[in-house]
Amino acid sequence: MNFIDFIEALFQYQFLQKALFTSIMVGIICGIVGCFIILRGMALMGDAISHAVLPGVAISYMLGISFFFGAVITGVLTAIGIGYVSQNSRIKHDMAIGIMFTSMFAVGIIIITFMKSSADLYHILFGNVLAVRMSDMWMTLGIGVLVIALVVLFYKELLVSTFDPTMAQSYGLPNKWIHYALMVVLTMVTVASLQTVGIVLVVAMLITPAATAYLLTNRLSVMIYLSALIGTIASVFGLYFSFTYNLASGATIVLVSAFMFALAFFFSPSQGLMWKAMKARKNRVELMR
Amino acid sequence: MERAIEIEQLFVSYLGNQVVKDITFSVNKGSLVGIIGPNGAGKSTLMKAALNLISKDKGNVKIFGEPLKRWKTNIAYVPQRSDIDWDFPITVIDVVLLGTYPKLGLFKRPSKNDRAWAFDCLKTVGMEQFSNRQIGELSGGQQQRVFLARALAQKAELFFLDEPFVGIDVASEETIINILRDLKREGKTILVVHHDLSKAESYFDHLLLLNKHMIHFGASEEVLQPEVITRAYANQFSFLQPKGVNVT
Repeated sequence: MNFIDFIEALFQYQFLQKALFTSIMVGIICGIVGCFIILRGMALMGDAISHAVLPGVAISYMLGISFFFGAVITGVLTAIGIGYVSQNSRIKHDMAIGIMFTSMFAVGIIIITFMKSSADLYHILFGNVLAVRMSDMWMTLGIGVLVIALVVLFYKELLVSTFDPTMAQSYGLPNKWIHYALMVVLTMVTVASLQTVGIVLVVAMLITPAATAYLLTNRLSVMIYLSALIGTIASVFGLYFSFTYNLASGATIVLVSAFMFALAFFFSPSQGLMWKAMKARKNRVELMR
Repeated sequence: MERAIEIEQLFVSYLGNQVVKDITFSVNKGSLVGIIGPNGAGKSTLMKAALNLISKDKGNVKIFGEPLKRWKTNIAYVPQRSDIDWDFPITVIDVVLLGTYPKLGLFKRPSKNDRAWAFDCLKTVGMEQFSNRQIGELSGGQQQRVFLARALAQKAELFFLDEPFVGIDVASEETIINILRDLKREGKTILVVHHDLSKAESYFDHLLLLNKHMIHFGASEEVLQPEVITRAYANQFSFLQPKGVNVT
């Protein structure tokens, strides 16, 4: 099946339309939020929080309420726990992250074992984009609109507190609250991404498109647009491969974005490995003469 | 003379150790003050605690007789170079533009006028031809000048600079000190953490000498007396004792 067939199928099947719409939203919001996550040196934290929502999601599932509430509660508790442990002992930040998120993840697995079917666990962990329900789609849209609005409204504050937190603090920005607000946003993004890429691979959608954009530009605003675009392309083509070859959507989406990262890594005009090597060689040749 | 900064009995500890003890001094408006002392004397800590950037055990800070909070947007702070991520995707002009943020308030974006003003500040430090470069592409001295331009863009009343002369070229150092002198002439109050004693007297009109405790605060020539300096630096020369030299 080629891409044309995929587009035909898109017109035919409503489930595929919903899947595409949700994936694109996820690509965009993960791309945007990911920029701030990597620039604040929180890639590992993103991994931790996305995994740590598992018990919250499981409990919400059992209680029959929206994933959203449980996820935000356990996500934020984990973020606070990590901060508390690393600030009050000789335990370093990365150690605290390793301890807290694996514990939360383990709790989540045990809770899910008590649920009816293991298929649910599989879908939460790895996503099942073709089974997106209308309610999931609206939730993703809602989270997407909220995240974009927050970034637009507080762009200035996010920029200063990320680039120079000391300056931000000196003129009265509440760095701590910005940090925790970002943690809340992170858990929301994770919830929005549950169906598309699943808990395990959310972090890839947060980091890879943003890192790709980071190699391509020297402006934060441009980086955010590029990252959202790269996330979107990864979602569309990932969904295509997933649908065509009957593969897990999370895995295909992540691999497409990893492929784009590799392209940027080698061929980026300013940072690419290839140009750097060519330039170095040219310099050497000129010196030989 | 109007008192710009009054600091009273400032104590700071880090991981349970007192690193700044009992500092009391006040700075007149329009002074250019150097904070000097040996490594680990708590110079940067004192500056950060005075600005409430780190928590203090005790102490009172007043700006023009009022609590620090009311003057926050009127204080420009230039951090140590090591505190900045130089790979950050930001251009030189956008760094300077950050200086206009404190007075813009929430939800407001910098206007065309703000951009023009940021460019003027960049001209003042002689860096306008680098305006579209990524900040990490500049040399140390150039980066420091850009950060001074950002402080100028803030139109602040007080300036706090943490080790602005570390690892920079002579030309940049001269540009920076000349701008600081201009600011002083305009009646701004400037505090600079500094470690090079040789230029302390020519750069600053007042000096605060500390080594955890406050050793002395006063006019530069008064602080740079051998017996005063020795009190701060004495233990740096303990290695001379076996050779029969006693510095106390």
